Amino acid sequence: MKFGRKIFLGLVGLYFAIPLVATGVFSLWQGSNRYGFDGYTALFNQDELWTSLALSFELAVETVLASLVILVPAIFWMHLRLPRLKAVFDVISALPFVIPPIVLVAGMSALYTGPEWLVSTPHYLVIPYVVMTLPYTYRTLDVGLGALDIRTLSEAAQSLGAGWGTLVFRVVLPNLTTALVGAALLTVAIAMGEFTFANILLFKTFAVFIAFIGQSYPTEAAALTLLSFLITWAAMMGVLLGGRERAEIGGTR
Amino acid sequence: MRRWRRRALPVIFIGPLILFVLSFLILPAGQLLLSAFRDESGNFTLTYLEGLADSSAAFENSILLSGASALLGTVVGGITAYLVCGRENSARSFVRAFSAVAANFAGVPLAFAFVATVGSLGMITLWFKQAGLDIYRLGFSLYGLPGLVLVYAYFQIPLMLIVITPAVEGLRKEWREAAEGLGATPLQYWRMVGLPILMPSLASAFVLLFGNAFSAYATPYALTSGALSLVPIEISNVLSGNVMLAPQAGAALALGMIVVMGLVMLFHQLASRRLKRWTGR
Repeated sequence: MKFGRKIFLGLVGLYFAIPLVATGVFSLWQGSNRYGFDGYTALFNQDELWTSLALSFELAVETVLASLVILVPAIFWMHLRLPRLKAVFDVISALPFVIPPIVLVAGMSALYTGPEWLVSTPHYLVIPYVVMTLPYTYRTLDVGLGALDIRTLSEAAQSLGAGWGTLVFRVVLPNLTTALVGAALLTVAIAMGEFTFANILLFKTFAVFIAFIGQSYPTEAAALTLLSFLITWAAMMGVLLGGRERAEIGGTR
Repeated sequence: MRRWRRRALPVIFIGPLILFVLSFLILPAGQLLLSAFRDESGNFTLTYLEGLADSSAAFENSILLSGASALLGTVVGGITAYLVCGRENSARSFVRAFSAVAANFAGVPLAFAFVATVGSLGMITLWFKQAGLDIYRLGFSLYGLPGLVLVYAYFQIPLMLIVITPAVEGLRKEWREAAEGLGATPLQYWRMVGLPILMPSLASAFVLLFGNAFSAYATPYALTSGALSLVPIEISNVLSGNVMLAPQAGAALALGMIVVMGLVMLFHQLASRRLKRWTGR
């Protein structure tokens, strides 16, 4: 049993490691048997790399903030006061699957042609990104809040004289760190790699830039692929470490 | 004052979500519904819906691909989540971080990574060739359905891990110990305790993965350059004017996609409601 467990995890690990290694080798290839860093040098000299990367990160952060601001209060209220609303919210959270990105982009560009200050900036993408990540964020937060005994917590807080603000920010949110971090991780992951909306609405985000590079420079594309993986990895580790630290503080109390 | 607050509080807490969903999800979909049934002069027509029969291959391919990759993701991801959850903290947070990154690794970069690995000139392909085994002559192709399933698994398995881990961690040790104390074999425990408890979560995760694969657009587009007929690719071809089709035909395709996804969701809702009643939760 223990042996089978190791073999299974090993195979899964290989499946995830091999494409990364192969991409790494490919990115260093310079024709025939020569290997070196030419692909990377050529890549870093592209200004568009940095602007598109910065843009995508900005959009991802904005998406996290926007979806938490919209979702946390609603799910909190549902668990506290209106459990009947769960059926409605479950349906709403499933809607982005019923209406996938490619369908939504068609609908949105048919319906909203203005106002100019909104539609013409890349920040417009935050709206579809929040929609896109809604099911994941909702599920994560719903599970997290469901695991808390929210009524007892809020009754305890309120009987000690806490207002709504204190209740939300000092009781509910600290207890929700794991769920919040999970939701944020998912949102950043999805928003950073999003291609459909950006490509069709003609904004040059990171994913669109990668596609553009890949059409003509295979070595640079491999380098960029690996790089995007490493950058996201670093960001994720940061978020994860931050989340665990706070969770530990909560745990010792 | 109290009364005012009692009325205003729900609006403050829930209002933004409802308003947001209404204006950026429901209204755009409604717009598509209207345009799929209207001809150029705005009269009601079924022409575009009847035209969908020509794209049945796209729907077949999409459903096959999504079903296969979602099943693979659910099984492998679910087992991995269970095996990892008993491990020490460092292993768990490594898997968790990797899952988040790999779920992001969809789309164009993922396609490039697999081209470099098992594409016609990829590393693994060349290795096998040196060993005298030409996998492309044996019928494998990265650019067909089996190849796409292999690629999709790269984001399906991590997504499954992220989604199912809370439920797997919710399986209490005491239940297993109680089952074992009553003489249950591991198989019996899973068949009669573990899986029934996890079933609603597993079903909802499967649907999540199915939807994820069904709406995937960047990955198949970058891999097949639009040669393999899938529904999202056909829609984008209409949107960007690559094919000689009216926008309404695109709206009809989109509507077809909504119907398929709607059916899956409905199925899932019914199944999980029954399971919930059955398990008494």
